[in-house]
Amino acid sequence: MIAPPPELQTPGAGDFAGHDLLEIAMGPHHPSTHGVFRMNVVLDGETVVKLTPVFGYLHRNHEKIAEKNSYLASIPYTDRLDYICSMTNNWAYVLSVEKLAGLAVPERAEYIRVIVGELTRLQNHACLAGFLLQDMGALGTPLMYAFREREKILDLFESLSGSRMMCNYMRFGGCRCDLPAGWLEQAVKVTAAFDPFLDHFEALLDENEILRARSQGVGVLPRGLAVNAGVTGPGLRASGVNYDIRKVDHYGIYNRFQFRVPLGQRGDVFDRYMVRILEMRESLRILGQALHDLPPGAIQDPKVRLRNLRPKPGEAYGRIESPKGELGFYLISDGGPAPWRYRVRPPSLVNLTVLEEMCLGHTIADVVIILGSIDIVLGEVDR
Amino acid sequence: MTLRGRACAKPGCLMPTPEQIKDRILAAFPGARLEVIPNGSPANQPSLLLDAGQAREIAKFLRDDPDLRFDYASNVTGVDWPEKVVKEKVKVRKIIDGVEQEAAELVERKTLGFLEAVYHLYSMALGHGPLILRLRTGNRTDRVALPSLTPVWRSCEFQEREVFDLFGITFEGHPDLRRILMWDNFADHPMRKDYVPADDQEAKP
Amino acid sequence: MNQELQNELSRQGVVLTTIEELYNWGRKNSLWPLQFGLACCAIEMIAASMARFDMARFGAEVFRPSPRQADLMIVSGTITKKMAPQVVRLFNQMPEPKYVIAMGACAICGGPFRDGYNVLQGIDLYLPVDVYIPGCPPRPEALLEGLIHLQQKIARQRLTGPERPPHLEENAPGEFPVPQFGPHDLAGPRLRKARMPDANS
Repeated sequence: MIAPPPELQTPGAGDFAGHDLLEIAMGPHHPSTHGVFRMNVVLDGETVVKLTPVFGYLHRNHEKIAEKNSYLASIPYTDRLDYICSMTNNWAYVLSVEKLAGLAVPERAEYIRVIVGELTRLQNHACLAGFLLQDMGALGTPLMYAFREREKILDLFESLSGSRMMCNYMRFGGCRCDLPAGWLEQAVKVTAAFDPFLDHFEALLDENEILRARSQGVGVLPRGLAVNAGVTGPGLRASGVNYDIRKVDHYGIYNRFQFRVPLGQRGDVFDRYMVRILEMRESLRILGQALHDLPPGAIQDPKVRLRNLRPKPGEAYGRIESPKGELGFYLISDGGPAPWRYRVRPPSLVNLTVLEEMCLGHTIADVVIILGSIDIVLGEVDR
Repeated sequence: MTLRGRACAKPGCLMPTPEQIKDRILAAFPGARLEVIPNGSPANQPSLLLDAGQAREIAKFLRDDPDLRFDYASNVTGVDWPEKVVKEKVKVRKIIDGVEQEAAELVERKTLGFLEAVYHLYSMALGHGPLILRLRTGNRTDRVALPSLTPVWRSCEFQEREVFDLFGITFEGHPDLRRILMWDNFADHPMRKDYVPADDQEAKP
Repeated sequence: MNQELQNELSRQGVVLTTIEELYNWGRKNSLWPLQFGLACCAIEMIAASMARFDMARFGAEVFRPSPRQADLMIVSGTITKKMAPQVVRLFNQMPEPKYVIAMGACAICGGPFRDGYNVLQGIDLYLPVDVYIPGCPPRPEALLEGLIHLQQKIARQRLTGPERPPHLEENAPGEFPVPQFGPHDLAGPRLRKARMPDANS
C-alpha cells in the first residue's frame, strides 16, 4: 500500500501542481456503483489520493411528498427507500408512528414482523455477497446462486403481501393480512434449505485465495472512527463494536430470541463479508425459534384508525436494525392528518462518511470492492 | 446525584433525564442558556434547546463526559417553522359608554419564524439514548447560521450538508459545506414550507 | 409469399426470405442492453437476467457497460432532474440502431414520485421511447413481455419507404438535446410537455 504524500491527505487540498494526477468520475453510470452513485477519484497512477462522493442522482423528494400524504399513504413510499428490503423499511416507519401515537401491537403480529424481518435480512445479505463477489471478478455465478435463494424468499413475500419487492405489508398496530394457508410450512422449508445453501456457498468462497487476497487488509475501518462517523450495521460490527439495535433497544419482541452478534477483528472487507455470512446463520436461528413459537391471535389492533390517523402534536424517533444499519424515522406531528416533518435517517448515507478514509492509498480496483462491502442502496442514500 | 431515567442495554446503567443532563451542563458551563422542550407525544422524548453560542463546546462535553459518553450522533435533521399568525385575547382599557373599563380584545400577533437543526445522540459505549438537541436560527432570512457539530461527531458531515441544501441553514465550521442532493447552481431550498416547485403547473393534475 | 409454401420448402431444407426479414431477425434476436439501472426496477431487471427468468433465452443476456457497444437502453427507475443530462448523453453515445424501453411507472410518467421538485415526469420528455412497461416494479415476466414486444416491433420495421426506422432516415435527428441545469429547473428544449390526465376522464 503506497501512502499518499502528506499534503494530499486532507480533503480539500486543491493544489496539485507538480504532480501527475488523473481525476476521473466513477459513475453515476457505472457497472459497480450499486446504483446511480458518483465518486470523483483523483489517482496517482492507480493509487487513490482523494475521493469525493457525489450524491443526489436518485433524490426523489420522499420527505417532501410525505408532508402532503397521510401517515398511511407514506407506507408504500417507505418500500421504495431501500428497495431490496421493503419489509424492514415498513417496520421502521410503523414503529415510529406507533411511538408517536402510543399504539400497541398484538403478539402474533410481532412474531410475523420478526419472521419477515429476518427473511429480509437473509435475502439482503445473500444479495450483498453476490454483488460483492461480482465486483471482485466472480462474474455472475455467486450472484446467480444468491438470487436463486432470494427468489424462494420473494415467493413467500408475494404469497403473503401480494408483491415480490414492494410489500407494503405492515400497518400501525399490526400487519395488513394474516398468513395464508400453507405459508408457515413453506417458510419452514425455505429456512431449512438455507443452511445447506450457506454451507455450499461458504465452501466455495471462504477459502478462495482470490477472495482472501483481494479483501483481507483492504479498506480497514478503525473502531474509533467507525463510532464517531456514525457507521452502523455489519460495517460497525466488523470493526469490533458490539452495537446491534435489536439487542440495545429490544424493539419488537427480540428479547425473546436467543441469537449471537458476530463481531470482526480488523474491520477490513473480509471481516464485513464474514460478519454478514455469520449474521445470516444467526437470522436462521431466530427464524427457527419464531416459526416454532408463532402464537395464534389477531394481527391488527382493531381500535387503531388507520385511514385518518391524527397523532397528538409531538415528535418521535424510532429506529430498527435494518440489514444495512440503523434505519430511523423522525416524525413531528402537528395534530393534522399529515406529518409536519418526516425524516428518514438513512444508514447507507451515514455509512458512506468514511468511504474516503477507507479508500486512500488503495488502488482503484479496491475502491469498487470497498464500496461494495459498505452495502449501499441509492434509494436510501438519496431518498 | 442519583441518576434515574430510562433503562438501557448495559445492566445497571440508566440514562439521565434531560433535566439532569441540563444541570450537569450548567455545572460545567455556568451561564449557558439551555431549555428543556417537552414532547406532547407518548414517545417520552423531550429535547434540550441549546444556544448557538456555546453549542460546540457543550457537544464536546456531552461526548467526553464519562457518565454521559454520547459518542454517536445518529440523526441530524432540519425543521422549518414559518411565521404564524396567532390570535390572542388581550385585556385593553377602553372607554365604553363614557366609562373607562377593561375589555377583552382579539389581537393578532405574528410569531417569529425560524429554522431548527435537531440532533439525536446515542451512546454506544454505555448503550443509552436518545438525547435530542435542538439549535434554532434567528430567523428564516438573513440570520440562518448555526455552529457545525461535525468537528465533534463526524457522522454529522453529510447530514448537515443536506440540511444546508434543503433548508438553507449555514453551518459555520463545517469542513465542506456545499449542496449534496441538488445540483450546485440550484438556487432554492426545497424543503422549506414556502417553496413552490418550478414545474408546479405541469405536476398538478 | 404464401406461408404454407414457405413452410413446405423449409422442411425440404430451402429457406426463402427477404433481406428485410433476415436483417430484422438478426437484430431482434441479439439486442444488447446497456447496463443501466437507476432504481428499484433495476433489481427486477437483474432478476430477469438471473437463472429463474433468464433473459439469455431472448438473446439479451449480454449487458454492456459501455454505451458504444449497446443497442437497447432499458430505463429502469426514476429519472431525477440531476440524472437526466447523463441519461440523454448516454443515449446520444449509443450507435444506431438503438431502442429505448421505459420500464416502470417512474420512467413512463414519473410514477409515485411525480409530484416532486427533482423528478422528471417520464423519460419521453427527452428521448423517443419504443416500449412502455407499466408496473411498480413490473415483474420480470413483464420485462420479458416488453422485450418480446420490442422484438416484434423490430421485425415489422421496413428498410425502405416512409416507415423507415430512424437509423435509415437521413433527416432523423442524430443527437437529442441534453438538458442543462438551471437555477430552479432543467433548462433547454424538450421533446414534449409532460402528460396530464384528461380533464374529462
